[in-house]
Amino acid sequence: MPLASHQTSVPVVVDDAKCIADKGCTVCVDVCPLDVLRISDMTGKAYMAYDECWYCMPCEADCPTGAVTVNIPYLLR
Amino acid sequence: MALDQIVDGLSEVSCDVLVIGGGTAGPMAALKAKLKNPKANVVLLEKANVKRSGAISMGMDGLNNAVIPGYATPEQYTKEITIANDGIVDQKAVYKYAQNCYSIIEELDSFGIRFLKNENGDYAVKKVHHIGTYVLPMPNGETVKKALYRQLRRARILISNRYMATRLLKSSDGRIAGAISVNTRTAEILVIKAKAVILCMGAAGRLGLPTSGYMFGTYENAANSGDGYSMAYHAGAALANLECYQINPLIKDYNGPACAYVAGPFGAFTANNEGSRFIECDYWSGQMMLEFYNELLSGKGPVFLQLKHLHPDTISEIESTLHKVERPTRGLFQQGRGVDYRNDSIEMHISEIGFCSGHSASGVFVDDNARTTVPGLYAAGDMASVPHNYMLGAFTNGSVAGIDAMEFAENHDFAEFDAQDVARERDRVMAPTKREDGIPPNQVEYKTRRLVNDYLQPPKVTRKYELGMRRLAEARQDMQEHMIARNAHELLRALEVQSIMDCADMAVHASLYREESRWGLYHWRTDFPEKDNANWFCHTLLSKQNGKMTSQKRAVEPYVVPIADDEKDLYDKQRIRATA
Repeated sequence: MPLASHQTSVPVVVDDAKCIADKGCTVCVDVCPLDVLRISDMTGKAYMAYDECWYCMPCEADCPTGAVTVNIPYLLR
Repeated sequence: MALDQIVDGLSEVSCDVLVIGGGTAGPMAALKAKLKNPKANVVLLEKANVKRSGAISMGMDGLNNAVIPGYATPEQYTKEITIANDGIVDQKAVYKYAQNCYSIIEELDSFGIRFLKNENGDYAVKKVHHIGTYVLPMPNGETVKKALYRQLRRARILISNRYMATRLLKSSDGRIAGAISVNTRTAEILVIKAKAVILCMGAAGRLGLPTSGYMFGTYENAANSGDGYSMAYHAGAALANLECYQINPLIKDYNGPACAYVAGPFGAFTANNEGSRFIECDYWSGQMMLEFYNELLSGKGPVFLQLKHLHPDTISEIESTLHKVERPTRGLFQQGRGVDYRNDSIEMHISEIGFCSGHSASGVFVDDNARTTVPGLYAAGDMASVPHNYMLGAFTNGSVAGIDAMEFAENHDFAEFDAQDVARERDRVMAPTKREDGIPPNQVEYKTRRLVNDYLQPPKVTRKYELGMRRLAEARQDMQEHMIARNAHELLRALEVQSIMDCADMAVHASLYREESRWGLYHWRTDFPEKDNANWFCHTLLSKQNGKMTSQKRAVEPYVVPIADDEKDLYDKQRIRATA
């Protein structure tokens, strides 16, 4: 069966201007219980790669530069 | 190499005690095992990252079941939990918890976790339960994981993050030999030989689908997909009272606690749309949940947590707790809805179903030493059968498990396992990565959990369960023959779906076996609407025997703390009676 890619608005937003993943920081990726954050090959910044979020906050709380914002997933809002 | 790219690899390590799951019970089990024998190797394996994993990833507002001298006695607590759990309790384990938990509180205090005290320096314990007083707030509850993590580092526990355990290994004589795991970012296999294994893998919280439709918006940490239940089952361990589901009263749509345990002691209460109380007590029991369910359907719903009548300072105090720990996005959610606790009530609803002994009684069977029915295999926390044990129970029973498991490891050498078992498991794990074409894990999971909601949610109807069983069998066939994983992350999800499917099958089997109604909403069978003490005053144990799912009865151990006849139904009288 062929697969389609599915569009979804993701709850975790990273401010590229503040994110220091390109300097080697991986804190948000490391702490996420659901392992849904990744560092982009294109921008070198963190982003939410998988929409599988428990809106639990470690990524936002532990980010050393305040670059991460956790929003409530749209379906719950 | 890019993260998530599948790597073909297998390595093997060994340790004395392997603890699987680094949430609440796991860190304490690992710490106690290591402190008992500092020369021994203790490995703590975690699917996420121990720093921020599990139910207390963002901390906890307080202890829900603290038995503190001067406020409650172990006898009183044991009695309360026995009655709250409809009498189906092996009291020895509950009593042992009640005796030991105060020393664990003192130990947590020494780790830097503070507990609320009044102006006289006494613990400020609050009443939430029906009979006794056991709720103790933690003013710096957001620091729990950090405090635990410091202890783990100091004790030199070997921590392996991002490994998902998939199956246990046993010797031909049935003793535990270790576990097989897979790296969640590379799909490399890691075999861990161990003399004793402790399962601390949390609830089966991704079983039902939340009403929001967002698959990961579960009450439990969504990483808790029931892997421990599934692994224990396949290892031949017995699982107790799985039909006693977990269903909780939560903030509607947000699906986290509202939380009456925090707000109740200040004067908040659960009310219907007329603003009236309808339950006697906000402690989460099946009987309370049945009244909650009935109220929602009665025309007097929705149900609300009412706190706007409180003093603004009190509301601010409650707010600062609710919006800081456990589920801190509560504040953001309420803000989005325009809800201010000073003016508005909090709309509540009931959660999806799951297995969790932390709040109900569905768990891997353990005795008062946290031993399962498999020699050398232990379980603690939400996934072990000690009922209503919450966070402090996870710490206390984790401690019991750690000490006993290390003793077991000291008296036994490594058990031999069949290399073929590893080869077979590797094939099973990797199967979804070998297919070119098929169904992705998220679709198999959605369908499975949608079927759980459609057919398994109480009230339990035999005919619905029979249909549910058939539909789940079809979904299982799709999962086994057609599920694909294109990278290591999808493989993690694909493996979790297999745990979820096992739990769904166990939920059906256990529920059909107990032919009575018990525990209020948790096991309300419309075809057997009455409690039947003559035939069903017993535990049920589910296990895999000769490859088949089997259930049997197990007598309730004689009580340590006697319950008078007129006390037995205290939790059955949850509905507030109309007064003349």
